[in-house]
Amino acid sequence: MALDSKIPQGPLADKWTNYKNEINLVNPANKRLIDVIVVGTGLAGGSAAATLAELGYNVKAFCFQDSPRRAHSIAAQGGINAAKNYQGDGDSTYRLFYDTVKGGDYRSREANVYRLAEVSANIIDQCVAQGVPFARDYGGLLDNRSFGGVLVSRTFYAKGQTGQQLLLGAYSAMNRQIGRGKIKMYNRHEMLDIVKVDGKARGIITRNLITGEIERHSAHAVVLGTGGYGNVFYLSTNAMGSNVTAAWKAHKRGAYFANPCYTQIHPTCIPVSGDHQSKLTLMSESLRNDGRIWVPAKKEDAIAIREGRLKPTEIKEEDRDYYLERRYPAFGNLVPRDVASRAAKERCDAGFGVNKTGEAVYLDFASAIQRYGKEQAYVRHLDANDAALVKKLGQEVVKTKYGNLFQMYEKIVDQDPYNTPMMIYPAVHYTMGGLWVDYNLQTSVEGLYAIGEANFSDHGANRLGASALMQGLADGYFVLPYTIGHYLSNDIRTGPISTDSKEFEEAEQNVRKQVGALINNNGSKPVDYFHKKLGKIMWNKCGMSRNATDLTEAIEEISALRKEFYNEVRVPGGEDEYNEELAKALRVADFLELGELFAKDALTRNESCGGHFREESVELDGPQKGEALRDDENFTFVSAWEYKGEPKDAVLHKEELIYENIELKQRSYK
Amino acid sequence: MSGLLKSSIGRKVAMALSGLFLVVFLTQHFVINSTAVLAPELFNTWSHFMGTNGLVQFGLQPVLIFGVVFHFIMGFALELQNRKARPVKYASYKGGAAAPWTSRNMIISGLVILAFLGLHFYDFWIPEMIHKYVETHPEDPTRYYAETVHKFENPVRVGLYVLSFVLLALHLWHGFASSFQSVGFNNKFSVALSKFAKVWSVAIPVGFIIIAVYLHFNQIPH
Amino acid sequence: MKLTLKIWRQKNAQAKGQMVTYPIDGIDGDMSFLEMMDVLNNELINKGEEPVVFDHDCREGICGSCSMFINGEAHGPDRLVTTCQLHMRKFKDGDTITIEPWRAAGFPVIKDLMVDRSSFDRIQHAGGFISINTSGNTQDANAIPIEKIDADAAFDAATCIGCGACVASCKNSSAMLFVSAKVSQFALLPQGQVEATDRVLNMVKQMDEEGFGNCTNTGACEVECPKGISLENIARMNREYLAASLKG
Repeated sequence: MALDSKIPQGPLADKWTNYKNEINLVNPANKRLIDVIVVGTGLAGGSAAATLAELGYNVKAFCFQDSPRRAHSIAAQGGINAAKNYQGDGDSTYRLFYDTVKGGDYRSREANVYRLAEVSANIIDQCVAQGVPFARDYGGLLDNRSFGGVLVSRTFYAKGQTGQQLLLGAYSAMNRQIGRGKIKMYNRHEMLDIVKVDGKARGIITRNLITGEIERHSAHAVVLGTGGYGNVFYLSTNAMGSNVTAAWKAHKRGAYFANPCYTQIHPTCIPVSGDHQSKLTLMSESLRNDGRIWVPAKKEDAIAIREGRLKPTEIKEEDRDYYLERRYPAFGNLVPRDVASRAAKERCDAGFGVNKTGEAVYLDFASAIQRYGKEQAYVRHLDANDAALVKKLGQEVVKTKYGNLFQMYEKIVDQDPYNTPMMIYPAVHYTMGGLWVDYNLQTSVEGLYAIGEANFSDHGANRLGASALMQGLADGYFVLPYTIGHYLSNDIRTGPISTDSKEFEEAEQNVRKQVGALINNNGSKPVDYFHKKLGKIMWNKCGMSRNATDLTEAIEEISALRKEFYNEVRVPGGEDEYNEELAKALRVADFLELGELFAKDALTRNESCGGHFREESVELDGPQKGEALRDDENFTFVSAWEYKGEPKDAVLHKEELIYENIELKQRSYK
Repeated sequence: MSGLLKSSIGRKVAMALSGLFLVVFLTQHFVINSTAVLAPELFNTWSHFMGTNGLVQFGLQPVLIFGVVFHFIMGFALELQNRKARPVKYASYKGGAAAPWTSRNMIISGLVILAFLGLHFYDFWIPEMIHKYVETHPEDPTRYYAETVHKFENPVRVGLYVLSFVLLALHLWHGFASSFQSVGFNNKFSVALSKFAKVWSVAIPVGFIIIAVYLHFNQIPH
Repeated sequence: MKLTLKIWRQKNAQAKGQMVTYPIDGIDGDMSFLEMMDVLNNELINKGEEPVVFDHDCREGICGSCSMFINGEAHGPDRLVTTCQLHMRKFKDGDTITIEPWRAAGFPVIKDLMVDRSSFDRIQHAGGFISINTSGNTQDANAIPIEKIDADAAFDAATCIGCGACVASCKNSSAMLFVSAKVSQFALLPQGQVEATDRVLNMVKQMDEEGFGNCTNTGACEVECPKGISLENIARMNREYLAASLKG
C-alpha cells in the first residue's frame, strides 16, 4: 500500500482552514447513532473523549489506571507552548511552526506542524476557560517562560505542574460528559487487540485488570491516545505502566509504525543511584533557564569529587567547564534536548562525570541566586553588597520559580540544591516515533486513529520542550474531532456494530491464547528480569549514540531474549484476578518485539538527525567538527514499517518529506 | 433547611453554632459564679433574678436545654457515623503524629462533661426545680449563696468538679477555635481569633476551678 | 538494611485478610519505598508465592496512585511526599514496618494494599468542572485578568493529586480536604463563579453518599497531605456550601 499523507492543497497557512471548510459533517441527530472508542485518557485521549462526547458521539473511554486523572501526562512539568505573542517578543504562528520543524531536525511533516502551531493559541484560551490555573504576573495576565531551542518566551506554565493542571482540565471536561452519560468510562482496563471488520477498525478487545475478564467492545472508529514507548528502555521517566501494547497490537493489525528509533533523551534527570532503580525522575527543562551546566575542567577534580574528597562548591570558577556555554555560545544552556544530552554523555565518557557512577553533571543555581538576589535588593532598596542578604533574596526568587522541583530533588537525592549544585544526567523521556498517521491522524488502518505521543507526525526527530502538551491537546481538542467527523459521515447508516462477528471471536481467542500461554508457562524468571535485560540492550546499543555494529547485535540479542522470555518467564497467580505480573508480561512481550523494530529502524537510518545520533554520520571538520550530520539527500523521509511476522522482517515504506516553506539547514546552536 | 441538617457540612455547622452558643452561656455562668467569690450579696441578687425571672426561666432556660441536648445528640450521631466510615480499623494508627489529642478525643471529653452535667443537675438544677415548683417554698432571695457554698463541702465532689473542668478545658481547646473553621470563617483575623479562643478555653475552666476550690476552703456554718 | 515487614494480605474484595510478616534484607537507603517492595515481590515470585499487590504508576509523586499506610501514617513518616518518594533512609536497620491499605468505607479494598478510589471520581462527575464547550471558540485567555494572589491560591488548591491520604489519615475517614480543594480551585477563579452554587451542593451531596465521615477539624489531613493542601480550603467550602444552601 502506498502511503498517502492526504495533505490538503493550497498555501500552508490556508490548508487547515480550507480543509475544515470542505470536509463532510455529521448532523447532531446522527452523531447519537455513532460510537467511538478512545483508548488512553491522557491529554490527547482525555481531550478527544471529552470533545467527541460534547459533539454528541457516544464515547467509550478506556484507561489502565484507576482513574483517567492518573495518565502519565500528569507528570509533565515545565509548560505548554503557544504562539500567543503575549510578550511581544516577535512570536507568531509561523515562528512556532519554524522552530518546531527546525527543532525536529527537518524530519516532521510541514502541514501537520503548521496546523499545530495554528491551533496552539486556542489551547490556552480553552484551558483558561476551563479553570486551569496558569501562572500569572502581578498585572493579572498570563506569564510566560522560555524553553530550550527557541529565542522567544512562549511557554505557559503552572509552576512545575503544568501537565497535571492541563490533565485535570481535560479530566474535568471528561467528568462533565461522564456525568451526562455521554462518556462511558472503563477504568483499569487494558486494550489487548484491535478488531478489524471489512478492513476497518470496528472495536477492541480489553482485559478488565481487576477481574481478568476479556471483553469485546465495538464502535464505528477507534482512537488510540496511548502515549509513547520509552519504557522499552526499562529505565525512563515514563510511568511504570506506560506501554506500547495498544500501538503494537494496532501495528500487528496493519497500522504502520513510523520512525521507532526517534527517542528523546532528556538532559535534566536525576542520575541513577543503583541497580534497584525502577524509574528515573525528570527535573523540568525549565531549570536550564537559570541553572548553568558544568563539570570540573580538570580530571583530577572530577575523580576527587567521585571519591568524596572534594565538594563542587570548592571548585574555583576557572576550574569549571561550562561545556554548553563553551561549545554553543549562541544558545548556551538552552540548546535543544538532544544536543544537551549528547554533550553530557561526551563529558562523562571522557571521565569528567561527578557522581559515584561517573554518570552525572552539575546543574548550578549559584549565579542565578546571585543575579536574582541583587535584583531584589535593588527593587526593595536594600543593600546589594550584603552577600548573605543577596543570597537569601535570590533563594526566595528561585524558590518561587522552582520550589517544588528543588524539594523533589532534595527528597530523592538527600542534598540541598539551594546550597550545592544539582546532579543531572540524561534519561529516556519521550518517543517522537509512533503509529504512522496521515493529515487526518488516521493510521494506515481505516477508522483507526492515533493522537498525541502515540503518533509520529509533529516532532520529527526531536521534540522541543513544552511541545508535547501542546500536541496532545491540539490533537484531542481541535484536530481529531474535525477529521474523524469526515470519516464517520459515511457511517450514519451503519447502525450498531455487533460484537458477535467472527472477527471479534478470532481476536478474543487470540488474546485468551496469549494470556493462557503466559500464565501456564511455569518458567523460572520474573518478568522484570527480561524487561531489565531488554532495557540494558536498548540503552547500551540503541541509546544516545548508535552505530551499525551495535545495532546489528541488538537486533539479534533482542530476538534471542524474546525466545528466552517465552521459554523462561514465570507469571504467578491466575488469569481471573488482579495480576500485575500478568499485565506486565503482556506489556513486556510487546516491548520485546518493538525493541527489535526500533534497532532495525535505527540501523536503516544511516544519518544523524535529532535524537537519533549515528556515530558514522558526523561533521568531519570545520567549526562543527564532531556535531551530528544529517543526510538530507538520502533520508528526508518518514520510515513507516509494515508488520510481516518477525519484527526484523518488517517492510519499509517511505513517505517523502517535502519542504515547500522551509529551507533545510544543518542545525546550528553555536 | 432540613436538607442542610442532613448534610455533613450542615451538621458540622450546627455543631459549631450550638457549641458557640454554649460558650456564650458558659461565659455568663462564669460571670455570675465569680460573684460568689467576689461579692456574695451580688451572687444572691443575680441568682434570685435568674431563678425567678420569667423570661430566663421559661424563655432562655428551654433554649439552653435544647442547645445542650442538641449538641450532645448531634455529637453522638456524628461520632457513630464517623465510626461507620471506617469499618475495618488500622492495625497501626498514629493519630498523634498528625493531630493533637484534644481534637481526636472530643467524644471522650464530651462524655465526661455529660457525666458532669448529670452531677451538676443532681446538685443544683433538680433540687432547685423541686424547691420552686414541687414543694413550692416561699421565695427567699438570700438563700443561694449559703446553699452553693455548702455544696462544695465534700472534697470528693470538688475533686470531680475540678476533673470535669479540666476535661471541659480540653474540649474547648479544640472545639471553640475549630467552630470558626466550621462556619467558614478563615481570614486574616483567624489567627488572632483562634488565640483568643485558646486563652478563653483555659481561662474559663480554670476560673470555675478556682471558684470551687475557694468555696471548699471558705465554708460557712450550716 | 535488614527489616521486618508486616503487610496486609487480602486475596480479593470479599476475602478476609490478615497481616503477614516478611523479613527482608539488603535494603539500601537510596531505594524508594516502592523499590523496596519490588525487591520483596521479586523474592516472593522466585519462591513461587504471589507478590504483594499495590497501586503505583508514575513513581515521581504526581499521579496519586500509590497509597500505603505505613507505620500508622498515610505515605509513611516523611512529610510532603507520596509513598513512591519516601526513601528507605528514613528507616533504620532492624525496624519493623507495618504496611496497610487505606481504610475507609469509601475506599473498599480490592486486593492486598490496593483500594478502590472510584468514589473520588464520582464526586468529580457531580460537579468538578466548568461547563464550557471544548470547541476552541472561547474568548482570549487574557480577557479576564485574575489577581496573582487568587491565581496562586487556586493553583495551590488544584495541586491535589487525589491520592486519598486525607481520607486515610482522618480519624473519621472524611473526604473534605479532597472535595474542598476542587471546590476552592473553582471558587477562587472568576470562571468558576457561574456554577458555584450547584457545584458545591452537588459535590458535597455525592461525597456524603459515598460513605465518608464528617470533618471534625482535627487537621490530620493537612499534615499528611503529600501536596500540602491547606485546611483553609475546607473553611472555604463550608462557606460556599452555607451560602449555596441559603441561596437554594
